[in-house]
Amino acid sequence: MIHDESRPLLSVRHLTKRFGKGCTACSHPEQLPEGSNHCPHCGTVWACNDISFDLYEGEILGIVGESGSGKSSLVQCLYFDSSITDGSAHIATYQDGAANIFRESSQQKRYIRNHLMGMVYQNPWIGLRMQFSSGGNIAEKLIAAGTFNVHEIRARAKELLDHVEIPVTRMDEVPLHFSGGMQQRVQISKALANHPPILLLDEVTTGLDLSVQARVLDLIRRIQRESRTAMIVVSHDLGVIRMLCDRTMVMKQGRCIEAGLTDQILEDPHHAYTQLLVHSLL
Amino acid sequence: MQPHLKQTYNYAFLDEGSKKEIRRTTLKAVAIPGYQVPFASREMPIGRGWGTGGLQLTLSLIGDQDCLKVIDQGNDDSVNAVSIKKLVQSCTEAEVTTDSERATLIQTRHRIPEVPIRADQILIFQVPLPEPLRMVEAKERKTKQLHAEMDYSGIWLRLYEDIVKWGKISIGADYPALAHKRHIFAPSPIPRYDLPKLNHADGLFLFGAGREKKIYAIPPYTDIEPLAFDDYPFETEHFDGCNCRLCGSSDTFLDEIFDEKTGQKFYQCSDTGNCRKRQEKRHTP
Ligand SMILES: Nc1ncnc2c1ncn2[C@@H]1O[C@H](COP(=O)(O)OP(=O)(O)OP(=O)(O)O)[C@@H](O)[C@H]1O
Ligand SMILES: [Mg+2]
Ligand SMILES: [Zn+2]
Repeated sequence: MIHDESRPLLSVRHLTKRFGKGCTACSHPEQLPEGSNHCPHCGTVWACNDISFDLYEGEILGIVGESGSGKSSLVQCLYFDSSITDGSAHIATYQDGAANIFRESSQQKRYIRNHLMGMVYQNPWIGLRMQFSSGGNIAEKLIAAGTFNVHEIRARAKELLDHVEIPVTRMDEVPLHFSGGMQQRVQISKALANHPPILLLDEVTTGLDLSVQARVLDLIRRIQRESRTAMIVVSHDLGVIRMLCDRTMVMKQGRCIEAGLTDQILEDPHHAYTQLLVHSLL
Repeated sequence: MQPHLKQTYNYAFLDEGSKKEIRRTTLKAVAIPGYQVPFASREMPIGRGWGTGGLQLTLSLIGDQDCLKVIDQGNDDSVNAVSIKKLVQSCTEAEVTTDSERATLIQTRHRIPEVPIRADQILIFQVPLPEPLRMVEAKERKTKQLHAEMDYSGIWLRLYEDIVKWGKISIGADYPALAHKRHIFAPSPIPRYDLPKLNHADGLFLFGAGREKKIYAIPPYTDIEPLAFDDYPFETEHFDGCNCRLCGSSDTFLDEIFDEKTGQKFYQCSDTGNCRKRQEKRHTP
């Protein structure tokens, strides 16, 4: 797909995600109590609040923030796993960037999910069908994108598993019996099945041993180098963000409190909360 | 006793309102080939799971000018087929037959007659499990959404896994197919041999699931494509070198039968009505 590099591949504007109906006391997020994303009157949680950012081709954007800051909600909205409350997102290679993808029909959203995006969940139980073979998990994505030839499916699945360093001999085994690191790598290969230009990774390395973590991080960097896939890497671990991301967005209580080049944020954090995060890393 | 009994039932057993609702549901089903339309399945004097869905369709359509054939796995004389015919005869003046070519309505379980259905005939299937996606998704709300979004990769994945494990797709009867390039449907447990008969047929096929409260249809001249991978094409059962021991046929669906005394294996037409006609032809040249 030919794409003007100066134009963002994905632009998200004013994305708001709220759990609950909202009330007069929280009709404007500014009305929420300082340092909270929770309306004391109606109990509504404002998981993402007016988030805007751009993602460029081949870039890795980091999203960092404490537990409950809305990181997962954000990527789940982008992958259409949950509906948004407000906002827009445009993909430059989808209808020439003219369509707000949140407004598309569910069939079109499925097309976007299968062709333009890949998602890797923190919990592999959500991203994988544990009772189906690893090859089958990849096959499902390929089938969804219109490949109905078993030979072709298996050739592509082999290629993908080999790429993430899963022995091809284990292709017909269920990921249920794989180690955590292997499960994440199967998830990554599944997410990459249809060469999506955008990959969303939610805490891919959380809960893995350090040595296993390092292998997964290496893999992500290799994918970026080889295929120029744009990625959003969600993590509450600044170490992971520092290793992978060109630019970073810091979230707190559903808001973006700071954004910029990762190096700059690490060297000269502006927001007090970011300073705290950075200092705890050192 | 018989005339007295007739007066206690409404014509064709169901009240007129129920029949009307079933016919309306049927029209909707015909309009969207393969789509399962919910309906208020009635209590019938036979147990659910014994053909109540098919029976309600039959009763909602039948009139005195109709001629009804009922078969169970191809057989006109099975206990089920006989009791359904008796019930229909007790509340209508419709004629019954074993000759599929004479029938205007044919209610069936697990088979399609050998002689192709004509434009003036309706074939009514008794359906135990109308949802083809149930094997991959347990929740009704989810399967409805999968159909709505034409999200069929789950069932395809199931077929892929079959091929990986067994070298072929292991589904025999009730083989899922795509209707009108839109909805995947369950053809009811007919053998694969019968599935191609649904493709671009002259007649109308109706499917009734009493327990699951669903009606669906395959109207005439609808595209029916059994799910299959490009390199693992759909195959029907074949009976190479076998003949029916009664009519000698080698081009019909044959049942395998064991003689308990001799332990011998032989073949016999599953469509008994057709077999009988062939035997008669053979004996009266
Ligand atoms: N289904 C839900 N219903 C109600 N509230 C929810 C739901 N999912 C998330 N939330 C709330 O939304 C807020 C953001 O949650 P989210 O999971 O996006 O945070 P996170 O940044 O990913 O956290 P973590 O680092 O723990 O994964 C939290 O306050 C959470 O309790
Ligand atoms: Mg999270
Ligand atoms: Zn409120």
